[in-house]
Amino acid sequence: MNSKVADRIATGVFIAIATIIVLVLIGLFSFILFRGVPQISWDFITTTSSTVREGGGIRDQLFNSFYILFITMLITVPLGVLGGVYMAEYAKPGKITNFIRSCIELLASLPSIVVGMFGLLIFVNSTGWGYTIIGGALALTIFNIPVMVRVSEDAIRSVPNVQKEASLALGINHWHTIKTVILPSAFPGILTGAILASGRVFGEAAALLFTAGLSTPRLDYMNWNPFSTTSPLNIFRPAETLSVHIWAVNTNGIMPDVEAIADGSSAILVLSVLFFNLTARFVGSAVHRKITASK
Amino acid sequence: MEKQTTLSAKQRLIRSSSKNPGETRGKILVSLCALIIIIATLSITLFLAIKGLQSFIVNGLNPLEFLFSSEWNPTSSDPQYGALPFILGSLAVTLLSALIAGPLGIGCAIFMTEISTSIGKKVLQPVIELLVGIPSVVYGFIGLTVLVPFIRNTFSGSATGFSLLTGTIVLSVMILPTVTTIATDAMSSLPNSLREGSLALGATRWQTIKKVLIPAALPSLMTAIVLGMARAFGEALAVQMVIGNVRDLPGSLLDPSATLTTIITLNMGYTTYGSVDNNTLWSMGLILLIISFIFILIIRYLSARRKI
Amino acid sequence: MKKIVTFLLIVLTIGLVTACGANNQEGGGDNGGNNTVLISGSSAMQPLVAGAAEEFMAQNPDADIQVNAGGSGTGLSEVDSGAVDIGNSDVFAEEKEGIAAEELVDHKVAVVGMTAAVSSNIGITDISKQDLIKVFTGEITNWSELGGKDQEITLVNRPDSSGTRATFVQFGLDGATPAEGITEDSSNRVKQIIEETPGTIGYLAFSYFTDDGAVIPLAIDGVEATDENVISGEFPIWAYEHSYTKGEPTGAVKDFLDFLLSDDIQKGLLIEQGYIPATDMKVERDAEGNQTNL
Repeated sequence: MNSKVADRIATGVFIAIATIIVLVLIGLFSFILFRGVPQISWDFITTTSSTVREGGGIRDQLFNSFYILFITMLITVPLGVLGGVYMAEYAKPGKITNFIRSCIELLASLPSIVVGMFGLLIFVNSTGWGYTIIGGALALTIFNIPVMVRVSEDAIRSVPNVQKEASLALGINHWHTIKTVILPSAFPGILTGAILASGRVFGEAAALLFTAGLSTPRLDYMNWNPFSTTSPLNIFRPAETLSVHIWAVNTNGIMPDVEAIADGSSAILVLSVLFFNLTARFVGSAVHRKITASK
Repeated sequence: MEKQTTLSAKQRLIRSSSKNPGETRGKILVSLCALIIIIATLSITLFLAIKGLQSFIVNGLNPLEFLFSSEWNPTSSDPQYGALPFILGSLAVTLLSALIAGPLGIGCAIFMTEISTSIGKKVLQPVIELLVGIPSVVYGFIGLTVLVPFIRNTFSGSATGFSLLTGTIVLSVMILPTVTTIATDAMSSLPNSLREGSLALGATRWQTIKKVLIPAALPSLMTAIVLGMARAFGEALAVQMVIGNVRDLPGSLLDPSATLTTIITLNMGYTTYGSVDNNTLWSMGLILLIISFIFILIIRYLSARRKI
Repeated sequence: MKKIVTFLLIVLTIGLVTACGANNQEGGGDNGGNNTVLISGSSAMQPLVAGAAEEFMAQNPDADIQVNAGGSGTGLSEVDSGAVDIGNSDVFAEEKEGIAAEELVDHKVAVVGMTAAVSSNIGITDISKQDLIKVFTGEITNWSELGGKDQEITLVNRPDSSGTRATFVQFGLDGATPAEGITEDSSNRVKQIIEETPGTIGYLAFSYFTDDGAVIPLAIDGVEATDENVISGEFPIWAYEHSYTKGEPTGAVKDFLDFLLSDDIQKGLLIEQGYIPATDMKVERDAEGNQTNL
């Protein structure tokens, strides 16, 4: 009897905990969206931000966020996938593998501000680039790599061994097997992981504060020459991203509509991350269905 | 890739059984990536160590005073650099938020794996993934606009609402998804025979959870908490917005406080490269790095003890 | 797969090439004859300089002026090392350690007055300097001791190394070290805290005292905190906003600095943003804080 009561109480407690977490999320989301969504307008997304006057938008910040994300993923995905291949297929148990694993764990748990400081030291000061998109992207790469490696490794390991063995038994060499058999089947897992990691990169601010800077030069969106200073595609220009913008307007903003800008930007940031999540789920299951031909 | 798959099996056999040029190239390529990861880690450690030690080597500060003195007065005529309040502040918010997020996260994991798997999959899983996705600046922003006024109006002990408690709550919510995800993985990887055996002996579900499942998963659950702590420890902007950034040692939960990360972000831009003030900030960065190392060591120790 | 490999190689090559390239031209912030001006430094000054840059570029379509913020320290370091053309700072370069101040040329662009700020319901509008020091060093802890409401005093500080704090401590508190209070990096935040939290006192630039009157400036020793009193030198707490160049400026850098000091900006944007035109000042101050009449 006594243990039955305890069982019921415990169940109640667990249900309460789960409810609390759901409520916290609902609270957070509705707060962000109720305050932010009314601020979002076509105007808000398509005008440049103003440092003084009311009514500034976030066009450049939004573009910067996506562009930095794109550059980061361009560097991280190949590195991460190949690192994952190494860990899953080539690494022999031993000291070196152990050491690499420690390195990955360390990179994963580095405070983002430490990554930012390292970026400031290397990509900003030593190279003489100053605050640049590429510096920010490289800093983001540092803490995105462990995520990508882990995701790829897991995806590769979860490919059924029979597939690999069948390929090897046909006399196909290891690398070729990886390219033609293992990676294609691991692809949905890697893709889902990459999109989820994008969400994290998209919202990162502390590491970018010291590497990509707090300002954006005047951009001319008709200029597609990546080497021109006014081109949005130039990777050697400073770029304030959306999350840095939220922090900066909260900290130094002197425009009268600081709150509105912060609210609107937060909502857009959260909606973007939501979008990444949904895409990850959708793409993951779609690709999975296509590859495995199951319904 | 497409071209090669159209080759006949015989051709492929011949190709791959020859000298295997692709194999070597592939091996080099992946090893290169592994090497880049090692180089990145080593260079971060090295550069931060060099830069972080400068305040002691070049500026001649006493490392013991830096670590254990609570006097921080970089601008006075007789400057003092004691980072103890910030180190303790960092540790305090980290431990306190682990105290809140740990039980909540593990409880949520148990709910998802033991009590209602279907609700867990359909409701909680997406909820947790969304929580992971909310950027930390947004957490800080909400903390500032909601939590700070709430604390100020609720507790008479906190005049401003900026306090250790506020920072702790914001961080707890932030690390909750991390703890929950890893704890869920740990619980669901437990073999079903454990549950069935215990239930067959007549134990209730709670007894099974408490006496069998939690002890079996304990090292992994601890890992979940430690990883959450690592994230809390390194968080900068969200904490800076709500904690008050005071250099005194906090006397209670309702006192404002400061952490290593908040002091770094607050002062980095104002100080000139190579000055003592600037170098001490790098030393704090080094401390952050060292404590990350310690977290990794704890996790390694825990995973070595993993029973299943 | 091939594509990924090619991607990786391209990215690595680009990275390496540019790294080497950039290394070679380090210290080349003054990009020879072209019209690019790189500016870095004080985040408080960023809106002003960025606004001026916008106007300047509208008048001179060839010019390209990039205004970065990162803090006064960063600005001084970067102009000192030659990474940027102009380094903005809230403080004299001489006050910052590790800067070769004698090589830098100071262009005093604007003056900012600041004073202690309190909520209007405290019941005080004037404070003597002695009392101000006592409040900030923690000797006076309740507003009733100064004839105001019975309300405990809470301090809001700025970060140790901030220029606003340095100025306030030097000229408002005669160098006394403030007691601990909440530390906030942002004037907006300071203002908001003063507005919402009973009994707080902080310090703000004049431009943050807006018409709504929730947060009011304190007069010090009976001198009102107004632009006129700063210009005449009667009100003590003010500071320059400096734009530093390494050596005398030339070309586009000089044109832009001249533009900053022209009436277009001094009588327009500058006043709009709550600064006091540096060209109006009837007194002058050196790096040690000695004030002389002009």
